[in-house]
Amino acid sequence: MIRDALKNEFQRIVGKDNVMTEPAELHAYSYDSAVLDQTQPAIVVRPENSESLGQVVRLCNENGLKLTVRGAGTNLSGGTIPHPGGVVCLTTALDKVLEINEEDLYAVVQPGVVTAKFAAQVAAKGLLYPPDPGSQAVSTLGGNVAENAGGLRALKYGVTKDYVMGVDFFDVNGELIRSGGKTVKCVTGYNLAGLMIASEGTLGVFEKLTLKLVPPPAAYKAMMAVFPDVMDASRAVAAIIANKIVPATLEFMDNFTIRTVENFRKAGLPVDAAAMLLIEVDGHPAQVEDDAAKVESICKDNKAISVRVAKDDAERNAVWQARRDALPALARVKPTTVLEDATVPRSKIPAMMQALDKIAKKYDLTIGTFGHAGDGNLHPTILTDKRDQKEWHRVEAAIDAIFEEALALGGTLSGEHGIGLAKSKYLKNEYGVGAINYSRRMKSVLDPNNILNPGKILGPLLA
Amino acid sequence: MADIKKLVSMLKELDDLLTGCMRCGMCQAQCPVFAQTGRETDVTRGKLALLSGLSEEILKDPEEVNEKLQRCLLCGTCEANCPSGVKVTDIFLRARAILTGYLGLPPTQRLIFRRLLTNPKLMNNLLSLGSSLQGLFTKDADSVIGTSCARFNAPLIADRHFKKLASKSLHSQTPHKDTPPGKSGLRVAFFPGCVTDKVFPQVGQAVLKVMEHHQVGVFMPPNQACCGIPALSSGETEVFDNLVRQNLDLFAKGKWDYLITPCATCTATIHELWPKYYGDKMDAVRVKDLADKVMDVSQFLTDVLKVAPKEAVTPTKVAYHDPCHLRNTLKITAQPRQILAAGGKYAAAELPGGPSCCGSGGSFNIKHYKLSDVIGRKKAESIAATGAKIAATSCPACMLQISDMLSKSGHSIPVKHVVELYAETL
Repeated sequence: MIRDALKNEFQRIVGKDNVMTEPAELHAYSYDSAVLDQTQPAIVVRPENSESLGQVVRLCNENGLKLTVRGAGTNLSGGTIPHPGGVVCLTTALDKVLEINEEDLYAVVQPGVVTAKFAAQVAAKGLLYPPDPGSQAVSTLGGNVAENAGGLRALKYGVTKDYVMGVDFFDVNGELIRSGGKTVKCVTGYNLAGLMIASEGTLGVFEKLTLKLVPPPAAYKAMMAVFPDVMDASRAVAAIIANKIVPATLEFMDNFTIRTVENFRKAGLPVDAAAMLLIEVDGHPAQVEDDAAKVESICKDNKAISVRVAKDDAERNAVWQARRDALPALARVKPTTVLEDATVPRSKIPAMMQALDKIAKKYDLTIGTFGHAGDGNLHPTILTDKRDQKEWHRVEAAIDAIFEEALALGGTLSGEHGIGLAKSKYLKNEYGVGAINYSRRMKSVLDPNNILNPGKILGPLLA
Repeated sequence: MADIKKLVSMLKELDDLLTGCMRCGMCQAQCPVFAQTGRETDVTRGKLALLSGLSEEILKDPEEVNEKLQRCLLCGTCEANCPSGVKVTDIFLRARAILTGYLGLPPTQRLIFRRLLTNPKLMNNLLSLGSSLQGLFTKDADSVIGTSCARFNAPLIADRHFKKLASKSLHSQTPHKDTPPGKSGLRVAFFPGCVTDKVFPQVGQAVLKVMEHHQVGVFMPPNQACCGIPALSSGETEVFDNLVRQNLDLFAKGKWDYLITPCATCTATIHELWPKYYGDKMDAVRVKDLADKVMDVSQFLTDVLKVAPKEAVTPTKVAYHDPCHLRNTLKITAQPRQILAAGGKYAAAELPGGPSCCGSGGSFNIKHYKLSDVIGRKKAESIAATGAKIAATSCPACMLQISDMLSKSGHSIPVKHVVELYAETL
């Protein structure tokens, strides 16, 4: 329980209506989208301007209160599950787009702006903000930067970090730290904005973000290629890249996912196909024609049974609807859906697919795999029921095995979901103890009371 | 108060439904209440978590959970867009029934439900008395929309600009109807619903005119009971059963092909909720038969009678609001627009920002008027932004809310039912 005096202080800073302490309210902030145990905070606050945000941070530090900043709570690694008895600070009221600059191609936003709303405002000005995480309809830009979110367009356009020009943030003392800028080139001082990206709320609290915008492609073309064998599809992916073509999007769906989606939507997908690739090339119209033709022939050379090129926007939408349906369709098969994002170098996708197949058999689990084949970021999705304890133990073992395999292939623990609580125990397997110690030393200096989202990424700190 | 263990065991029955939520949070993009407050307890994911918390005894105060649960319009937009296909409406209605059974309703509300709602004759008499007295307490607000406001300080009315009870309700204008099928060879049973009957009798008359025009026979028995949604959404399942039974008996007295209503909420309730929640399983065949035959009036006109849109030379723009119960529950969006255009005079203007709830939500409007007001004002602004001189919809409850909001925001735009506009062109 939080002391009355402190509650009053928070009320003074953010207003009475923006402080929540009732059990039901606290319970509603004890989870996020990750399949992990819930832990309850002692208080939830919702600042409406950056000044009060800074004061909240300072008050937490002065009183040693553990602070977890939360936007939409959609992250899949437990990054927004609060420390027990800590403070949750909501950014949902900090949702202003402060500037969209069409001359210099950047935008300045508050951290609570919803990604898709921002992208729509940018598009209305004839520009593009490329990062498009699957949760963009609700996820916030602050969360995207804190987790370094990816998306479908990452193959050609990169991930969130490639669009962050500056992050203004509060340090633990509530002092506003400026970093980066509005220029294309900016090498002044340490790259503090870079330090903030993917820091998952452990090093500072975002006040404002400066994001890069780009001109949208003039043309695009989508296609769907069907393969009799997963290995053929994987080889096609490698061949497309090796032929120096970088599609905007290159997505993969395995047979189980295809069948589940077809069962869900009845859109006439090839249920016998071992795998499908959904590809979009974009850019100058002439280049799009050229690339599309090349991609089509590469797929055929790699034994594609059919390649369907979308003739108009309706057909293009049908291609992408199949991809958008992957998660909803899989999510309906069983009550619990564990969506992983182990990532491997692109050339290792065939090996990773084989490994996933073995893991599913070994642990007797249903795993549907889809995801961003073009950048090696697959989403093996385990379908289970968490209430079945025996099966759940097998799920946990399978997750361990998936990460072990990804690392053995030279891959990484997370392509786009972040480490959070879910994967901190694997961190040393990827980077070794040195990187963890270095990170912990840095954290201990910047956040001596360890109040900023403790336990995330680095695990529990030993005092 | 009953034993909390019993409450927990009843909530456990929801367990299978509740575990389907993977807490992805995509409902945040859909929920009109969350859009205003940004609070997790106001969005579906949060409410489902609270119900889980209560059933797992992590949360121990059912009253607090119930209070949060009531902050929902039951518009169904989250359910229609849920990636995991969680049966949100089903969970919420069942949970409300369980919690109401446990906590009990406030005595006045219970009295209204049990004594008044289940006795249509008494309710009709009382409300017609009310209709003759209401002038004493109200004054005109907007003459174009036809709204009034309170003459004196009245907490229940607050600053509402409401549509008064009609001076003569539909059932007193046309107590009953029993006409044979004409050239169409069809006969419909007509269920106007409470709001049409008592506030918008002209909508009911428009339906009758349209049926006559298309030579469709009408069976409209007197003393129709409410469709039951207010009782069901407050968890009063016994009252709900009573109302459904009264209606089943009443409509069994005639022979007809379709049951039509001009009310999106009544249509959705009869079609979806009667078969699911009516407690007397011995009566399942009768309920299913009725549920299969119920149709929204526009749906009947376009799908059965094949009334088609007519090209107009210079059509008048009408801002069309999709009622949630038609759009989300029954997936009916094209038909009302077609009926608007069928008279060759009007064309539907789409609201900027796309369809969204008007914020009425039945009793939500009474319990959470401030929130309902904020959501409704946005709707009024989007209607005004179309530049249309008329607003139309397919649900009398939405008509009430939109009239209030337009009137208060100073937009003198009359609010009509699509069937009224169609009838006017015949």
